[in-house]
Amino acid sequence: MTVYDRVVTILNDRLGVPAEDVSPETTFEQLDLDSLDLVEFALGAEESFGVRISDDEAEGLRSVGDAVALLESKGLGVTQA
Amino acid sequence: MSSSHDPVAVTGLGLVTSAGIGTDASWRGVLAGEGTARTDPALDGVSVNMSCRVDDFDADALLGRKASRRLDRFVQLAVVAAREAVVDAGLDPQNWNGPRVGVVLGCGMGGAHTWEQQHKRFLSSGADKVSPMLIPMLVPNMAAGQLAMEFGALGPNLVTATACASGATAIGVARDLLRSGACDVVLAGGTEAGLTPLSIAGFAQMGALSRRVDDPAVASRPFDIGRDGFVAGEAAGVLVLERTADAAARGQRPRAMLAGYGASADGHHITAPDPTGQGAARAMRAALEDSGLAPSDITHVNAHGTSTPLNDVAEARTIQSVVGEQASVTSTKGVTGHSLGAAGAIEAAFTVLAVQHGLVPPTANLDSQDPEITVDIVAKAPREQRIEAAMSDSFGFGGQNAVLVVTAA
Repeated sequence: MTVYDRVVTILNDRLGVPAEDVSPETTFEQLDLDSLDLVEFALGAEESFGVRISDDEAEGLRSVGDAVALLESKGLGVTQA
Repeated sequence: MSSSHDPVAVTGLGLVTSAGIGTDASWRGVLAGEGTARTDPALDGVSVNMSCRVDDFDADALLGRKASRRLDRFVQLAVVAAREAVVDAGLDPQNWNGPRVGVVLGCGMGGAHTWEQQHKRFLSSGADKVSPMLIPMLVPNMAAGQLAMEFGALGPNLVTATACASGATAIGVARDLLRSGACDVVLAGGTEAGLTPLSIAGFAQMGALSRRVDDPAVASRPFDIGRDGFVAGEAAGVLVLERTADAAARGQRPRAMLAGYGASADGHHITAPDPTGQGAARAMRAALEDSGLAPSDITHVNAHGTSTPLNDVAEARTIQSVVGEQASVTSTKGVTGHSLGAAGAIEAAFTVLAVQHGLVPPTANLDSQDPEITVDIVAKAPREQRIEAAMSDSFGFGGQNAVLVVTAA
């Protein structure tokens, strides 16, 4: 599973976003997700990937691609889980 | 502005109860007179592992998955009940004057399920893993706040907390907002969904709950000699209230009228009702005075009737002394259990339906009436009765009493 696939899964499990609504270019605004949702998403990503995401990092996310890039910048690729 | 005895019109109803989802289903359920309490797997490990849960409530299907996951169940139930009530009233929120539409809901507990889930996460994973949705999903006022968002109801918006009287208190406060001229329409009612292991354990430790866990369907048995406590339930009920002239002006026939509201405090004990019934009696008299009716005008009472040993005998005596012996009495809690902050609202709705249809639902599981209770309890089957004026009692822990008077339209 790629980082992107796992991000889509987190968006679905934690935030109820249908997978078919998501592409790498999709913005969180387009998904009607607010700042509370982004914190929830970050908690899901922390749990799934075992990384730490700061509040500033979470608030700076604009698109699904941003989230993937952030996670990849923390050294994550194709996963162990 | 209207004068102090003017009734307001009940133009819409919405119900979500363990007797059914929707007003018709709930009404059919209480008329059937069968207890809805069941063994509740969510309460595994609690000494009282039964409840009156709303089966088949599919929040994802009814509200959409994205919306429903941001709402605790007590808000989900309220939204579904309110949607039905608004449609039933023939109102279109797209076109109403939002700042003139109020929302007053009662709620005793709030987001108990969310609180318990997040507390588990707090203990197991740490403070920084707690969901940012904890507080917005927990606070009881979110039930009213969500209806403001849902319907563009932008007038006064609040939640009343008088424990098991919350729903009735909300309807009384809503009536006052119409009488004062602060609102033209109020969505009024109550909601509760606190069937969680921690809260039920708390009620069990108080000794408030029936222990008849081996036979849940007959555990809630108001006024019966074998009653031993209430069965906790969940529900939401919403009434649409308008001034009579406004309902008439738009050609909407009311289901019934809300003619009186009275409230009082026992000032006696944190959980036990005042055994002399003086607090309850004051609320009943205040509601009668408010309605301009005489006690003898009341021919039906939807009792608080929790199925606890203390409440039912004290309440029956008080009904007898304040209202008299002419009134038929029922407790719909035999069917629905005790839905706490929603109870006063769903019972107000059942009182409206009884007046509208001339039909009194039976008190479920009343096999052998407590000989100390000598009022006319309706049991076994619905009773056909033309009702001009009825009363609905609600009494909360903390000694908070709220009584409503409903009259025929």
